[in-house]
Amino acid sequence: MGANHHHETFPWKHIVGFILSLVLTFIALWVALSSGWTIKAILGVIVTLAVLQAALQLFMFMHMTESDSGRVQTINMLYSFFIAVVVVAGSIWVMWFVL
Amino acid sequence: MAEAAHQYDETMPLEYRTEESRLNILGFWIFLGAEVVLFATLFATYLVLFQRTGSGPTTSDLFEIKDVMIETLLLLTSSFTCGLAVFEMRRRRLSGLLTWLLVTLLLGAGFITFEIREFIHYVHEGATIQTSAFLSSFFVLVGTHGAHVSLGICWMILIIIQLLQRGFTPRTARKVFIVSLYWHFLDVVWIFIFTLVYLTGMVM
Repeated sequence: MGANHHHETFPWKHIVGFILSLVLTFIALWVALSSGWTIKAILGVIVTLAVLQAALQLFMFMHMTESDSGRVQTINMLYSFFIAVVVVAGSIWVMWFVL
Repeated sequence: MAEAAHQYDETMPLEYRTEESRLNILGFWIFLGAEVVLFATLFATYLVLFQRTGSGPTTSDLFEIKDVMIETLLLLTSSFTCGLAVFEMRRRRLSGLLTWLLVTLLLGAGFITFEIREFIHYVHEGATIQTSAFLSSFFVLVGTHGAHVSLGICWMILIIIQLLQRGFTPRTARKVFIVSLYWHFLDVVWIFIFTLVYLTGMVM
């Protein structure tokens, strides 16, 4: 199940993942330093790009969904990201008065 | 275990051949989930405090995009070469696996070198861990990531030694796969440090 890529002779998945990661990194760099957008728009876009790139690593490099534990692994990571968002967004929210 | 042997047949990659290995890999994913939460607490602390610079330098005074990009590209490329190492392992090419692991190690060592130089540079500019709440939380967050990368380098060296001694076995294959998960995870954390610490710091 999902473990059939050891028959492939060329690492297409990895190369595509790497190029997409580079593209996302440089788009984020451009948006942050040269786009001239408002701070809110910049932060929204670069955080979205980071989440996309993280997902790319998990699926294309880490093979998160392969093997019979693929489902459990995916649910585990989604849950940990949910906790991470609650902790980070929650902290910023309750401490908003000092920011 | 007869059932497990029946279930995990020859078509699976070597690292999933036994029930024990599959559970080891699942267990490591659960550990990574805990690591996500660990880093989340450090990110939360940093994001609450990064504008509390006191009389010390601010984020935009301190960060230099060129150094950050070098570190980012080194770690991103090392994550790619680590993926290639596992790809070669699944083709049963030991020399390819060892070569890509070695390249990954060198890129990781390059990353750590640049990060240490960056920290030394900051300290010389008077930006130490004690200067302000911003710098305390910055050094703890980025330093924890750097400590993880350093540990990963030592771990990978040990795995390479085992591969040289034992070659491909279900055990060494599982160990290579797990260290590769750890290494990719460190790049995932860096993506967020790059975005939420450095890019955000240069915008605000």
